[in-house]
Amino acid sequence: MPVIKNVTCPICGTLCDDLDVTVKKNVIIDVKNACAVSEAKFMSFSNPEHRNLKPLIRKKGELTEVSFDEAVKKSAQILADASYPILYGWSCTSCEAIRVGVEIAEEVGGVIDNTSTVCHGPSILSIQNVGIPTCTLGQIRHRADLIIYWASDPYSAHPRHMERYTAFSEGRFQESGWEHYVARLRGILGKKRLSRASERVLMEEVSLPAIAGKKLPPEFETKKRKLIVVDVRKTRSAELADFFIQVEPNRDFELIQALRLLVRDEELEVDKVAGVPVELLEGVADAMVRCDFGVLFFGVGLTMSSGKQQNIDAAIALTRDLNYRTKFAIMPMRGHFNVAGANVVSTWQTGYPFAVDFSQGYPRYNPGETSVVDILCRDEANAGLIIASDPVSNFPKEAVQNLVKNPLIVIDPVISPTTMMADVVFPSAFVGIEAEGTAYRMDRVPLPMKKLVNPPPTCLSDKEILQRILRQVRKIKQRRKA
Amino acid sequence: MSTIEVTLLTGRTIDQGTTKEHGKLSDEYRENVAICEMDPNDLKELDVKENSNIRVSTKHGSVIVKVKESKRAPHPKIAYMPYSLWVNIIVNPQTHGTGMPSFKGIAAEIQAAPTEKVPSIPQLLKQTFRKE
Repeated sequence: MPVIKNVTCPICGTLCDDLDVTVKKNVIIDVKNACAVSEAKFMSFSNPEHRNLKPLIRKKGELTEVSFDEAVKKSAQILADASYPILYGWSCTSCEAIRVGVEIAEEVGGVIDNTSTVCHGPSILSIQNVGIPTCTLGQIRHRADLIIYWASDPYSAHPRHMERYTAFSEGRFQESGWEHYVARLRGILGKKRLSRASERVLMEEVSLPAIAGKKLPPEFETKKRKLIVVDVRKTRSAELADFFIQVEPNRDFELIQALRLLVRDEELEVDKVAGVPVELLEGVADAMVRCDFGVLFFGVGLTMSSGKQQNIDAAIALTRDLNYRTKFAIMPMRGHFNVAGANVVSTWQTGYPFAVDFSQGYPRYNPGETSVVDILCRDEANAGLIIASDPVSNFPKEAVQNLVKNPLIVIDPVISPTTMMADVVFPSAFVGIEAEGTAYRMDRVPLPMKKLVNPPPTCLSDKEILQRILRQVRKIKQRRKA
Repeated sequence: MSTIEVTLLTGRTIDQGTTKEHGKLSDEYRENVAICEMDPNDLKELDVKENSNIRVSTKHGSVIVKVKESKRAPHPKIAYMPYSLWVNIIVNPQTHGTGMPSFKGIAAEIQAAPTEKVPSIPQLLKQTFRKE
């Protein structure tokens, strides 16, 4: 049976490119090296129960099957008639499709925004403010000896990130911490057994030591490659870490600024910051300064809570401070597989990475004003085109109410709350499974997405659907000019 | 009926990630995302048992979901819900000029709701966003 090697995974920004996929008669029957989420996608993407298989148009309140040409004509009419349409999504499609999307936005004088607006948008604003000392994931795999995940749970959102690039990867100059973790896990399980046995004998509860103590554990000093997790809850990633720091919600900014002071050898005249003992923070600052090459990965826990871009400003400033003492890098944990690509394409085409407004005939960028959630909450848009995204599930209610009351075109391989509220639905092919293209990894390394099987005959690629809509929009505009 | 005040966080879980690939209309997806994880002591204070229904309310709305005892405890007075339609209808839309709504760290109240049902996606869409 043909095994397609080195397949790039169309799930998260880690963009693992070592999957082996077995295909038999245009059906994927096995996938190796995939994480749980990736395996779920490869093995169930073709399930017709949750797939859009025919173009649909809402008629008398019901979504009704139509021809592809009719759906294209209706969509082009909606976009050409709208004075301020929004074009949103883009992070789960190819760079080639995004490029066509930018052309449509310019043609119709709309706003093109991608999912980074509700993900790492504040990180981008901060990078534009402060700059970013960063590197590629390969550098981290081979050289980083201190890894910090801050407000990020890679176990859940980027399941193979640790295995491929950080604590559990075997680098050229750094060993994997996997064996150490397994030994520690055995120790914890042994203690748990002992505790349960003691409870039976003593008839009283025997508590286990918490991961988050007041001091770094002694073995932390001797370990070569160290992993610290900072989060508001003891996430699954925190359980894998050498040390977990539990910060109070909405107080990351204070904690980062406290670490900045300690890295600069200043003293803190309090006992705790954001619920974390200063004694412990001193140990962490010491570990940061003493490492050879540290990296701080941060998640949307920083961008979505109080402070938003201020949190990222502080985190980047901490990294900059650390670079006076040692080598340190910082990187946002990008979510969707091509969200970085959406920023890259948008930047090279328009000059701006997201929230680009073409209503004046030239690109304008002012997040807070030209970002989709703000436009919708102010009820300014009068049509929408959504591609490879589900904003009805992911946006706040106030924004969704104004999104769905206007004509809504959705291009998506799967049935979602957004396709259920649409006026026009295009069934599309899955990029990276049924259509090829290019995607950018979280460190902005471009990788090819392969076509493994043929899509159902009624499903075209995102790029093709968008090109057909663009051609039709141009026809309408030319007719109007004539 | 007792009410407790919590800080509501939303985020990803591995089960949310895998079950969304099985279809957002699947029962499996609903069982894994229409939930609220709470600290065991908060469950005792609220006098509710795991898997019973609760009402989570913010000043932007309220929703009925199942309560789960958190395996990530202790996190007193912090409630956690996976990203989904259920929780996003009650999050704070305020972007503070950044474009990003406040999906984490939202003030919320939780009450037991033993007689109410967890709505399905079509029910939630119908009651929240009517489409003419």
